[in-house]
Amino acid sequence: MRNIFLVIKREYLVRVKKRSFLVMTLLGPLLFVGFYATVIWVALGSVDAKTVQVLDESGLFRKEFKDSETLKFRFLDSTIDKAKADFKNGDANALVFIPKNVIKEPKSVRIYAAKNVSMDLKSDIEKVIEKQIEDIKLSEAGITHKILEDSRVNVNSETISLSEEGEKTSSSGAATVIGGICAFLIYMSVFIYGTQVMRGITEEKTSRIVEVIISSVKPFDLMLGKIIGVALVGLTQFILWITLTAGLTSATSAVVSARMAKESPEIQQEMDKIQKGMPRQQMPGGNVENPVSEVLGAINSLNIPLILGCFLFYYLGGYLLYSALFGAVGAAVDNDADTQQFMLPITLPIIFSFVFAQFVLRDPDGTLAFWTSMIPFTSPIIMMVRIPFGVPAWEIALSMVLLVIGFMGTTWLAARIYRVGILMYGKKVSYKELAKWIFYK
Amino acid sequence: MNIIEVRNVTKEYANHVALDDVSISIPKGSIFGLLGPNGAGKTSLIRIINQITGPDKGEILFDGEHLNSSHISRIGYLPEERGLYKKMKVGEQLLYLAQLKGLSQKQAMEKLKTWFIKFDIKTWWDKSVADLSKGMQQKVQFVSTVLHEPDLIILDEPFSGFDPINANLIRDEILELKQKGSTIIFSTHRMETVEELCDNIALIHKSKKVLDGPKNLIKEQFKTNTYFVEYKGELDLLGSDFNVLDQKELENGYRRTNIHLGENVSPNALLMNLLPRVEVRAFGENIPSMSDIFMRSVNEVPEA
Repeated sequence: MRNIFLVIKREYLVRVKKRSFLVMTLLGPLLFVGFYATVIWVALGSVDAKTVQVLDESGLFRKEFKDSETLKFRFLDSTIDKAKADFKNGDANALVFIPKNVIKEPKSVRIYAAKNVSMDLKSDIEKVIEKQIEDIKLSEAGITHKILEDSRVNVNSETISLSEEGEKTSSSGAATVIGGICAFLIYMSVFIYGTQVMRGITEEKTSRIVEVIISSVKPFDLMLGKIIGVALVGLTQFILWITLTAGLTSATSAVVSARMAKESPEIQQEMDKIQKGMPRQQMPGGNVENPVSEVLGAINSLNIPLILGCFLFYYLGGYLLYSALFGAVGAAVDNDADTQQFMLPITLPIIFSFVFAQFVLRDPDGTLAFWTSMIPFTSPIIMMVRIPFGVPAWEIALSMVLLVIGFMGTTWLAARIYRVGILMYGKKVSYKELAKWIFYK
Repeated sequence: MNIIEVRNVTKEYANHVALDDVSISIPKGSIFGLLGPNGAGKTSLIRIINQITGPDKGEILFDGEHLNSSHISRIGYLPEERGLYKKMKVGEQLLYLAQLKGLSQKQAMEKLKTWFIKFDIKTWWDKSVADLSKGMQQKVQFVSTVLHEPDLIILDEPFSGFDPINANLIRDEILELKQKGSTIIFSTHRMETVEELCDNIALIHKSKKVLDGPKNLIKEQFKTNTYFVEYKGELDLLGSDFNVLDQKELENGYRRTNIHLGENVSPNALLMNLLPRVEVRAFGENIPSMSDIFMRSVNEVPEA
């Protein structure tokens, strides 16, 4: 026991003291938060007004195009040919041509621009024209604005999950995001830390220190110590990332909201506009105030302690399962270059589970979701995708038990290969050879 | 009293037998030479004593007890293929290895200080191993082998990679450790080392022990009862008791010849026979070198 502890301590400290660990730990959250902050900043800051010329032959839309923060409209009273010629010399960003018979032929509207027009601009303009034509047609049919307003019903279904604890407002949007993030983190960490275990073992083997070490430590203890040590490195990194990200996020959002407050209400409008462009069905509740608080509200509706607990369990379980296999590969080969041939069968299930995760996100209670969240090789990723959507307790329990059995199995298997492999040099190992090692007495 | 008692140990690998019914006794406080050609099974035996692998048949006694994990901290092992963690610092690494052998951090620190002063390598503490030369790394590894003051020290080719000065340093350390009561097992091909240091030897060849015992007794056993004479003059027939094997011309008219003595003939008889005939410059018994013994034992064993 003492020796396992010593091995764990060494493996942990060697990695945590590395400069690259520090850099990754600091850079990770910075990159993450920096990325989002930049996106928000740019989105808020790019109120670079575009000028749009409108040549409205029908004369129906003059009142409808209203200047906004992003768009300035200028109305022309010339012919289209002249307008086009002038447009080339002018500084306007786009020229909208609405012909006389637009009501009958709505498709005859043209947008001219020096470069391709953005989708936003196009849809903004189309929306205005569509609405006006609609209104005109409706009033021609005798339906007034009043009737129209009254008939407009805003349906926003709230998705409510029925569980033993009673009804709870759920948010499939937030669940998708959280599930996706968890799956991705587990996927990445299994790869990153599993490979670290493999490298570490190959390093001990190629530097030949392994013979000295196993004259003091049982090979199994050495392997296990390494696996646990690296797992703790991963946990440390996660905890630091979560803390730092949380800290940075609150700092950043404070700055952003300060700016929002200063520049509102235009920004607020802007945000609302973005909001309206988004598919509404994901968001619960009808009154939209601000997207940030909405996302936070949605996240609050999830069972965060359960998700965090499961995340830690599945991270550890998945990592233990795979790192044992990575370790066996590291012990079987003489150098990093030879690992390739044995890596494929290990990485395939990880990659597959990540691919399956995309389908499971769409159908978190389907047959595929159920089975892949039971099989230990895929369950760490798939179950984490499903949990934010709500999974029956027995399924989680069964999947956890299977995962524990799974990693005990792979650890046993890896230990058999490991004890033979670490002292085997200069031999190209085949799968047949590995199978033989497993059954050595 | 034997510190190690190997009893009828057999070890088989997938397609060959590494040790075949080998029994060896290693007396406490001796320097024991474990000899044999490459692939004879020396490393297999060493690994079994180190409990890296186990024997298929037979048993090992350590200081009278069945070999078990409590003995690990009483053994120090320097494998032939040296290795340290390349990126780890020398001091940290030695501390780690010492702790694995059961020392507390404090004990290890104290002992390390002594060795660092003794070897005059204080400046290496914070260097990473990769920055040391190969010889320096060997020194570090030697320290790690003996730091916990083991009762049994197993050295596999300890002098390879050392320059003569450092080899001498290590040799003196080995002798000092013996003085302090440690038993040392040498596994080596270098017969001059065996000649110089070993008290007892065992020779393994083709997985079998072919020879073992105290070095002087073995030499006695391998003596051929031949004597050499360096002389000036004509050496004619000495009688049927003396069989002249060969003759070689040396410088300044001297010759050297090897003479085999018959049963129960004393060297004095030969000398008396020689003195009236020739002028004797040197005379002595041909004592077989370890190298001769090695070659003869290995070649005598019939091909399996």
